[in-house]
Amino acid sequence: MEFLRYLDPTLQFVLFSAAKIVVVFAVTMTFVAYAVLAERKISAWIQDRVGPNRTAPPIAGYIPILGPLLTRMGMFQPMADGLKFMLKEDFTPNYVRKVYFWLAPAITVIPAFMTLAIIPFGSTLGNVDNKMVIADLNVGILYTFGIVSLGVYGIVLAGYASNSKYPFLGSIRSSAQMISYEIAMGMSVVSVFMVVGDLNLSAVIEYQAHYGWMVLRQPLAFVLFLVSAFAETNRLPFDLPESESELVGGYHTEYSSMKFALFFLGEYANMIAASAMMVTLFFGGWTLPFLSEPASGLLAGLVHIAVFIAKMIVLMVVFIWVRWMLPRFRYDQLMDLGWRRFIPLALGNILVTALVLAFTTK
Amino acid sequence: MSIKVVDRKPLTFYENSYLPTLLGGLKVTWKHFKRSTIGGQTVTMQYPEEKWVVPQGYRGAPYLVKDQDGHTKCVSCQLCEFVCPPKAIKITPPGPDGQPADRQNAEKMPKEFEINMLRCIFCGLCQEVCPEEAIFLQRDYSLTGENREEMIYGKEKLLKLGGTHAGTQKWKHKLEEAAEQDVFPVQ
Repeated sequence: MEFLRYLDPTLQFVLFSAAKIVVVFAVTMTFVAYAVLAERKISAWIQDRVGPNRTAPPIAGYIPILGPLLTRMGMFQPMADGLKFMLKEDFTPNYVRKVYFWLAPAITVIPAFMTLAIIPFGSTLGNVDNKMVIADLNVGILYTFGIVSLGVYGIVLAGYASNSKYPFLGSIRSSAQMISYEIAMGMSVVSVFMVVGDLNLSAVIEYQAHYGWMVLRQPLAFVLFLVSAFAETNRLPFDLPESESELVGGYHTEYSSMKFALFFLGEYANMIAASAMMVTLFFGGWTLPFLSEPASGLLAGLVHIAVFIAKMIVLMVVFIWVRWMLPRFRYDQLMDLGWRRFIPLALGNILVTALVLAFTTK
Repeated sequence: MSIKVVDRKPLTFYENSYLPTLLGGLKVTWKHFKRSTIGGQTVTMQYPEEKWVVPQGYRGAPYLVKDQDGHTKCVSCQLCEFVCPPKAIKITPPGPDGQPADRQNAEKMPKEFEINMLRCIFCGLCQEVCPEEAIFLQRDYSLTGENREEMIYGKEKLLKLGGTHAGTQKWKHKLEEAAEQDVFPVQ
């Protein structure tokens, strides 16, 4: 690795960024696959079932103890699922608007992954100039909201392109829902950035490392952000866009094979992005109360990344758990909650934070 | 009749905040999660390994039965073949020069008796119509085969699967009755 020092800084930056993008993308894809498994397993346990416990490659039988254990935990299931999506027939119905029909899955997936770009998932790996974040943007959260609001176009287009009533209803619901909750979500984090005084997410983490986790200072903002995140990722109790019992499959009813898999991927990638964002904003990112200094070596750097991932997994489990806790909201209740409760609450929170800041800082 | 009007109290602020339902949901899901992970109590039956115990009187696949002496009860009357709604039963009678029945009180037994299990609807009409109590719907519910031919069960297979039906011994009792009537004078 010595030769890296002799390259010019631009080339170094490009190389490091490319490496980080590849690694983050690979890790996220694995995470998506295993999030699906976790979803199935936890759902099964909550419903007194067993969950996937049979899929195994032939070699699993030859590994003593570990093989059967992994099989029982369903660890090989995601591979089989992925393979299945590859091999399924990609069916395009006759009546769809072809261009948009093909475009919609891509538009859903790309923003989901793009939001991950600004998440600081670790401190450094020893080199101070090389932060563990793909793009250390100063506008931070503004970028996130810009990209997240692009995600709604994928769903709207999917509904429009399918040319069929259930996807259409699903996409109408989702556009209304996502637009409403984006406002509440954006307003809930304003107070966080008022406290920190910087939009850069690395700065937010630095602040939390010094003054404690933001969830303790801004609990209301956290609750608002959490609930809005559920709505933004179309998770129960706000899964109106795809509500299986009413709309067949919602906006992706007409999709099959890899195109359907992309929607699926987008949904889970959004969940991961939302969890990562919450960890960064409210739970101190890669820091722990006794582990807040940027790493000076490779090992400490990896520990920081592990801390970040562990926190993220906890939030993902919360996402999955809540799915079985609450029934689906009715459409008007959803709108009521978004516009008449969350937005006033978020505004009030901003006001109170501003007042407190005005009186406590010189 | 008096009508009792149930008092519907308006929700309190606490109830309106979704918090009690949230906590209730948390409690219920956590209880079940604990029961199935730590307690290991799941309702799932691991099917091929553990099998459902079918209750007595279950109407599964129809099989031919033997009498108490191990002889074929069927006398090839073909009533079941005629009554069978999906036409699953096909009986080949022995004909005038065929093999005679292997038991007393019967003239003939079928040369071949086939039930197409893919056609059978487990209605039980064959059992109901049989004058000899030779066919019974038994407790097998999972019939598998690799091809259609394999699912047509022949006479030998049906008799083997059906076993001896000791519960009903129609002809044994009839014989005893006849023997009793031979005794003269009647006491």
